[in-house]
Amino acid sequence: MPGIEGTALVLGATSPMARWTAYALARQGWDISLAGRDVQELRRIAADLILRTGATVSVREFQAEDLESHEGFWEDCVDQMEDLRCVVCAFGFMGSQDAQNEAPALAQQVMTINYTAAGTILMHAAKHFEEQKTGWIVGISSVAGERGRASNYVYGSAKAGFTQLLSGLRARLSKSGVSVLTVKPGFVDTAMTFGKDGVFLVADPKDVGGQIVEAMTKRKDVVYIPGFWRLIMFIIRSVPEKVFKKMKF
Amino acid sequence: MHPEPSRSLPEKAAPSLTGWGGSPAGPTTLLRPEKMRDFKPGESPQIARGMGRGYGDAAICGEGHTVLTERLDRMLSFDDETGVLRAEAGVSLADILTTFVPRGWFLPVTPGTKFCSLGGCLAADVHGKNHHVDGAFSQHVTSARIIPADGAERIISPDKNSDLFWATAGGMGLTGFITEVSLKLKKIETSWMAVKHTPTKDLDQTLDFLAIDDAENPYSVAWIDCLATGEKLGRSVVMNGRHAAIGEIPLRENNKLDGSFSKQKPMPFYLPSFVLNKFTVKAFNSLFNLRQGSRGEFVTKFDPYFYPLDGIKNWGRMYGKKGFVQHQCVLPHESARDGLRAILELVTESGRASFLAVLKKFGPEGRGMLSFPTGGYTLALDFANKPGLDEFHDRLDGIVLNAGGRVYLVKDSRMKADSLPYMYPRLDEFRKVLRQYDPSGKFASDLSRRLNIAGD
Repeated sequence: MPGIEGTALVLGATSPMARWTAYALARQGWDISLAGRDVQELRRIAADLILRTGATVSVREFQAEDLESHEGFWEDCVDQMEDLRCVVCAFGFMGSQDAQNEAPALAQQVMTINYTAAGTILMHAAKHFEEQKTGWIVGISSVAGERGRASNYVYGSAKAGFTQLLSGLRARLSKSGVSVLTVKPGFVDTAMTFGKDGVFLVADPKDVGGQIVEAMTKRKDVVYIPGFWRLIMFIIRSVPEKVFKKMKF
Repeated sequence: MHPEPSRSLPEKAAPSLTGWGGSPAGPTTLLRPEKMRDFKPGESPQIARGMGRGYGDAAICGEGHTVLTERLDRMLSFDDETGVLRAEAGVSLADILTTFVPRGWFLPVTPGTKFCSLGGCLAADVHGKNHHVDGAFSQHVTSARIIPADGAERIISPDKNSDLFWATAGGMGLTGFITEVSLKLKKIETSWMAVKHTPTKDLDQTLDFLAIDDAENPYSVAWIDCLATGEKLGRSVVMNGRHAAIGEIPLRENNKLDGSFSKQKPMPFYLPSFVLNKFTVKAFNSLFNLRQGSRGEFVTKFDPYFYPLDGIKNWGRMYGKKGFVQHQCVLPHESARDGLRAILELVTESGRASFLAVLKKFGPEGRGMLSFPTGGYTLALDFANKPGLDEFHDRLDGIVLNAGGRVYLVKDSRMKADSLPYMYPRLDEFRKVLRQYDPSGKFASDLSRRLNIAGD
């Protein structure tokens, strides 16, 4: 991306999708800041990124669930990275729907991580980029946010909220020159899908990372990855609720 | 604040996981840690699995956990002065080449495929075409980290915990989970190879050629036409090679240190097993000998030179759905001539077509307790899985045993347990280390059970 290099902050950077998004960004000349809860693991990913791409990479701790910490975290980021131009929000947590059905309190954690935490940190990013009149916000949502399925509806509902938040941010920020990309991955080959029944055509997180950055470069608004999920979700959205509630998946 | 989300790894049932040869194996349960701290031994029997290029059953733990290292593939540090790369066990040789060839560094030892992991390379103590000069893989490992059954990570090297290091080099993953490997890369001036092909007329000439200590060419291997009979038995194309100097390569911009690979051609389906028979392979070999033998001296890219079969994705499918076995043995110098003749005669008699037949001279034995390479000649043969293969395989092993040789465990899927102590005389030493670090046998594979590697 000529003339627009800067630092990209990747939140939840230990996920394979985030790692390979960071890799694709680094290959384009971005400096990278990897943020997440597990600093030890982030250091390994950072070392690897530096060796593979030669990029400048830093690591910072970020506790997504600790909502109180977001403001201070963001201020530190802005202070320490003058050329912060991009935020990739990649953290998420699905948990077990069965466990949440049994112990409803567990649902709160899923809602907090996937919606509240993702939303609040991006509100800070939005304000900053709006003032800077430039920037990229990339939110990794999910196709699960398009319809409530019995097997993961708490996660899906939080992702649905996140998708709408990204949509609203896009509408607000488009006049300020800030791009907002909503990424809707289908099945990606990660711990979330590993060994799960009914999982098909899983995408390699390496490829997904490349495709996310490609969509960013093209200043797309919403991207399904892999692309055929747009069609699958069109069909799933068109099923009448009467029928949908009886479907088992 | 909520408690940390659960860290237990999801399991994936693998009812018929196979090795690279495709012979049926399993069932096993797969685990795939994505973070280093999730890569630690559990209570059930388990074995690590890198890229699944072991031909047989070495990286499959039936009725237990087969733990994939593919996500533990981070390079951690590189020292420009010494060339030592420290990386996680799941890093592939292909990734190392992509990253370091453009900077003028190469693998010190590489097997015939780049799609294998550092952990796998150490566990099988792999060798390359330069074994007679540079030794096996472990000789270039400056240190490694391993988590044995007790769950405590240890640094191992020829100086530190050396018993565990030399049990791990060639130990087929049985000493614990290898987490990191530090490998000393070697400097190259270009990414090109200067190669010399020489046709030979028979086995004696082939062996004589391989025996020449050609200091200029650290890489040498012979491709045998193993269907040539009578006086032509053992006729080959001997391929010598070395890293080319700048003055020798075709001059184009940016091609001096080119880390890219040839594009893979797909093998999208299994060839019906009748396609490869002694007639078609004979035709292939004749053509190959004619073509390759007449090439003389030339310069080529490192990828087709070191990894000709990597050019075809899933090349094992050539042998049909039932898969194939690779038999690789080494015979000591004193019995090599007679032993190799006996093996080649048996192969021609049996009419079993071996598409791949590679012969090479090994240098002296390394220090790995179960390392395969030992002074002598090594022969690798592929056989399609057709009726009677077991008996045929036993006869091959018989020749190897009589010659005082051994079979390469990472290729094997059929050897008998009785043969193991004869082939690997340091087995007791290895078992002693195992008893110390894994007294209850938490690490096991179908291979270790079949051959009773851990002992009783």
